[in-house]
Amino acid sequence: MKKTLFDKVWDKHVVQQIDQGPDVLFIDRHMVHEVTSPVAFLGLKNRNIKVMFPEKTFATADHNTPTVNQHLPVKDPLSAKQLDALEKNAAEHDISFWGLGHEKNGIVHVVGPEYGITVPGATIVCGDSHTSTHGAFGAIAFGIGTSEVEMVLSTQCILQPKPKKMRITINGDLQKGVGPKDVALFIIAQLTTSGATGYFVEYAGEVFKNMTMEGRMTVCNLSIEMGARGGMIAPDEKTFHYIKDREFTPKGDAWNKAMDYWQELYTDEGAEFDKELFFDGKEIEPMITFGTNPGMGIGISKNIPTVDTIEGGTATYQKSLSYMGYNEGESMIGKDIDFVFIGSCTNGRIEDFRAFTEIVKGRKKAENVTAWLVPGSHKVEEAIKEEGLLDILQASGFELREPGCSACLAMNDDKVPTGKYAVSTSNRNFEGRQGPGSRTLLASPIMAAAAAVTGKVTDPRTLMNS
Amino acid sequence: MAYDKFNILNSTAVPLPIENVDTDQIIPARFLKATERVGFGDNLFRDWRYNSDDSPKEDFVLNNDTYSGKILVGGKNFGSGSSREHAAWAIYDYGFRCVVSSFFADIFRNNCLNIGVLPVQVSPAFLEEIFAAISQDPNTTLTVNLPLQQISIDANAKAENFDINPYKKENMTNGFDDIDYLLNIKEEVSAFSKTTPL
Repeated sequence: MKKTLFDKVWDKHVVQQIDQGPDVLFIDRHMVHEVTSPVAFLGLKNRNIKVMFPEKTFATADHNTPTVNQHLPVKDPLSAKQLDALEKNAAEHDISFWGLGHEKNGIVHVVGPEYGITVPGATIVCGDSHTSTHGAFGAIAFGIGTSEVEMVLSTQCILQPKPKKMRITINGDLQKGVGPKDVALFIIAQLTTSGATGYFVEYAGEVFKNMTMEGRMTVCNLSIEMGARGGMIAPDEKTFHYIKDREFTPKGDAWNKAMDYWQELYTDEGAEFDKELFFDGKEIEPMITFGTNPGMGIGISKNIPTVDTIEGGTATYQKSLSYMGYNEGESMIGKDIDFVFIGSCTNGRIEDFRAFTEIVKGRKKAENVTAWLVPGSHKVEEAIKEEGLLDILQASGFELREPGCSACLAMNDDKVPTGKYAVSTSNRNFEGRQGPGSRTLLASPIMAAAAAVTGKVTDPRTLMNS
Repeated sequence: MAYDKFNILNSTAVPLPIENVDTDQIIPARFLKATERVGFGDNLFRDWRYNSDDSPKEDFVLNNDTYSGKILVGGKNFGSGSSREHAAWAIYDYGFRCVVSSFFADIFRNNCLNIGVLPVQVSPAFLEEIFAAISQDPNTTLTVNLPLQQISIDANAKAENFDINPYKKENMTNGFDDIDYLLNIKEEVSAFSKTTPL
């Protein structure tokens, strides 16, 4: 029987198949954060049970944390209470906890790979939809709800129907100025935000093969934005090299044993998918969104689609444009902006800061722009300093904040005010996502950098050295 | 967490004919700071329902007395985005027991089934029929019959069948949750854990 990469990992983790029901799926790694876990821990308390496998459970604080003055007590009492609850729950259940101020603290989907918690062939869940990030390593990783968090805490399993399988293949060289974020936004624009609902996606082809691990993480991270349960890429030498010798990666004999399994993790020739899509890498442009979901993106040289070309409901489309203050048929180039946000589990890694810095180097931050530069973790923050990027950023008028989810979902004080425009490297441009009434333009780190130094939406290719 | 059993629901419905209603709209992130499952219904559709000074937005359907009921009818791709179960909690706590749409996002659908809100997926044509019937008469009632897996518009007897996993159907009709099931097979899980490669 020829199997896909997804089949191989899934089938290895099925404890039991319920007749006419879902599979009981064993979970290798469970990541926990402060927002979606307290009610699950409360459920355990009410049932008087302990976490079954504390050593497979990892807790970090990220969604609710401030990105300035992290050494001081958290001001918002509700946030403080939630952070405190996670710390207490982790202690009570013997779970490793990387809270505020801990050297390993950072966004859950950034620190997981950094410390080798994320490995190929694993099943990884977290009460966060962007758990799909870890699929970059050839893991089955997906977001779950709080009831499911409680299931995993108490039994290390969840009940899941096996999703359908989709493969997206992109070959061909990417153009100058086109990176992983553009590839992902391009795919989502083609499929819409519901085009992959019910599917688990495998990304294949030269474009993904040539990407760095950070780039693969950006792509897999955004799988959920087209509705997919998750996305994954077959592990290769690049993957094994990345994870080797990280703190939680298997060592010695355990590594060899794991490698025996990992080296089988590819889709067999002739294995079947429920759906296959092919795109040409050469056709992808630097992307930017103009609407209120991540599927509403265009190449920077294109105009906002006119209502008559829209497949879905026109009322919804018009409501979206009206919220953004845009008209059909307009170009995005030259649009006013107020904020730039670089960070999040989508683009808060060192490579993203390198790309951003490359564009702003020797230029100045535009006066009309408020820029929030938020590293995904302390490790990223350290690398920004060690590589000398911070000096360049500061010379250009930028400051670096402390790690966390920050303005991606604006649970802390990093909120874009009503009516203001933000070019963001994050993952969602929903109404009010970055603060009540905020307007978000999703883009790559270099598109964000170009906006930050010109004060408006700008094609980043015009600022790149040839 | 236990929830009320779901069998046959007969109710008026609240129409929300907007597509791609994401979970950030259902409950914005700034209302996710609770450590217990209380008070989420008050913030359901917070920013569509209230102005920044907390006064109600009169044109939003939840502020319109004409519409009420235990069934929420939404446009295509309902519940996309964030995995926050708080969205399903907010819908349940507000008083809805059923959401009808022509398409649901995966995680939202799972979350609903886990906490006792029945997601009913109908054809795009039938969804239009429902919106039309409510528009014609806001007091029109729908019957959601879980044992028969059928939803009908009572006024004109138009009906359509819907899918639900048999295991989940059994849970919903009895008010069971998955954790009870999993706790019963813990020994099997423990044995399985010794065979995994990682």
